[in-house]
Amino acid sequence: MLLIDAKNISFSYHNNQVLDNIDFQLYQGDVLSLVGQNGCGKTTLLKILMGIYKSKGSVKIFSKEIQSYSHKELAKLISYVPQTHQIPFDYTVFDVVLMGRLAHIGLFSNYSLQDKEIAIKCLEKVGISHLKDSIYSKISGGERQLAFIARALVQESKIIFMDEPVTGLDYGNQLKLLKFLKELCLEGYTFVKTTHYPDHALYASNKVMMLQNGKILDVGDINTKLTKENIKKLYDVDVEIISKQNGYKYCIPTL
Amino acid sequence: MKLWVKRMTKIGFIILTIVLLFIINGSLFIGNYEINFTEYSMFIQKLIGFDSNITIEKYEMLKSVIFDIRLPRVVAAVLIGASLAISGAAFQAMFVNPLVSPGILGVLSGASFGAALGMVLGWNWFLINISTFSFGMIAVLFALSISLIYSRAKNMIILVLGGIISSSLFSALLSIVKYSADPYDSLPAITYWLMGSLSFSTSNIVWNLTLPMMIGILILLFFSKYLNALSLGDEEAKALGVDTVKVKFIVIVVATFISALSVILAGIIGWIGLIIPHIARLLFGADNKIILPISGLLGAIFLLAVDNTSRIVFSFEIPIGIVTAIIGIPIFIIVLKNAKRGF
Repeated sequence: MLLIDAKNISFSYHNNQVLDNIDFQLYQGDVLSLVGQNGCGKTTLLKILMGIYKSKGSVKIFSKEIQSYSHKELAKLISYVPQTHQIPFDYTVFDVVLMGRLAHIGLFSNYSLQDKEIAIKCLEKVGISHLKDSIYSKISGGERQLAFIARALVQESKIIFMDEPVTGLDYGNQLKLLKFLKELCLEGYTFVKTTHYPDHALYASNKVMMLQNGKILDVGDINTKLTKENIKKLYDVDVEIISKQNGYKYCIPTL
Repeated sequence: MKLWVKRMTKIGFIILTIVLLFIINGSLFIGNYEINFTEYSMFIQKLIGFDSNITIEKYEMLKSVIFDIRLPRVVAAVLIGASLAISGAAFQAMFVNPLVSPGILGVLSGASFGAALGMVLGWNWFLINISTFSFGMIAVLFALSISLIYSRAKNMIILVLGGIISSSLFSALLSIVKYSADPYDSLPAITYWLMGSLSFSTSNIVWNLTLPMMIGILILLFFSKYLNALSLGDEEAKALGVDTVKVKFIVIVVATFISALSVILAGIIGWIGLIIPHIARLLFGADNKIILPISGLLGAIFLLAVDNTSRIVFSFEIPIGIVTAIIGIPIFIIVLKNAKRGF
């Protein structure tokens, strides 16, 4: 099923063309990796598809124009896992995760017991229920990332956007997180994530979109599109894509 | 939330409410006209409909002292303390900046200019209110637009600087108004009023402003859950389903509105909007659903306590704005030491 259908997306920021005529399709069950150099427009594209930035072109979500949704309705369809950042206030992890229910409650109501139960369940699901009462800004980067993922799950939207989800995580946690994404995918979630690691894209996703200077270099099935030729064009490095017998592929630089 | 934290919050609310009621009661009792305790309790008995030995003259006398003179002042102190503290907490969360307050953002300077202008030009009371609020609003928008010029820096200090510039501008404009004011009549009135004094809170003004201020406070309390999301940044708040433009607009207007009305009640009372939210956060964490009401209670308690103390200690009326500054500054220095991060 076609979830997101965007056509002719162009976006400029201070007379600087960030995105130029991008088409973007997302189907149910996809894990799409957005790759490209720093500043190629990956994060901007995510924010346009979430309705945070307004762009030229049309973005349809569930075949309805994005402008026809309220922020609240959009939040129930797409949730966002941003890059971790510092907050100058001492929220507990539970406070932060519970904010995912904001789209589900009205102006005059407060979080219900059920909302809180959902939050606790999702904390358990990502495996950090022991950090529930810890101060968010004092836990490690990986734990913060997991807390954001818990918040995205609490939001109960089936599409999740992630901006460089493994940045700042140690090697083990990076792989655990990717494995977790694959598990969530089997439960019916659809992901779009930006990443700097071709390996991670090969491991966790089925589709790839390569952006270069705000234009699409190539897009499509991960196995046919994430080739050494494309990586050479994208990053100007020589790599070799190696297939193992178990079906996994690896990207190894040949420097 | 851990069970004990939850209990602590509940107990905290109850304790602070009891303390506030206790201080309100005490404030009605203390004053130039001495009332002894037996008289006071007999008066209360009669008031709530029981028989008591109090004479009719004495009863009427006490009723006039307590209801016409002391109660308005007490209500004013509660409203001002709560309004400034809650708007301070709301501004801090919304701008993701623990260094701002109605005073820092220029609201109080702008509002006092607006009010003084109205007084000197002899406008009626309603127009003075409008001009107070409008110039408070203009001042905060001016501070914001200065900070937006440099917004790419995303530095907390820039907004504070914007506020300082805006405050100075409106202080200068206020000086022009004062300079042109009648030096024997309106100049001393404006000067004393701006020092921050509850003695200007006469019953008429207080009862007129009580309802609007309470509505303003209530609106901010309803928006406290959105403030949590906004304090993570605009984009994240949008992704969480918050209409950031609408929420920010409402919060800025309402917080400025109640801060500006506090200026009409008692001039410029600084520091409450800055320090009280910090104290609330030190005690109860960051969740604005808790911090806003707690700040309100603490602000009311703080201002009443300061007013009572200065009334007991000094036999003459000392402007409360001066006292809050003298007490507020050392508290802020201590709190700042604990607040550390981000700036």
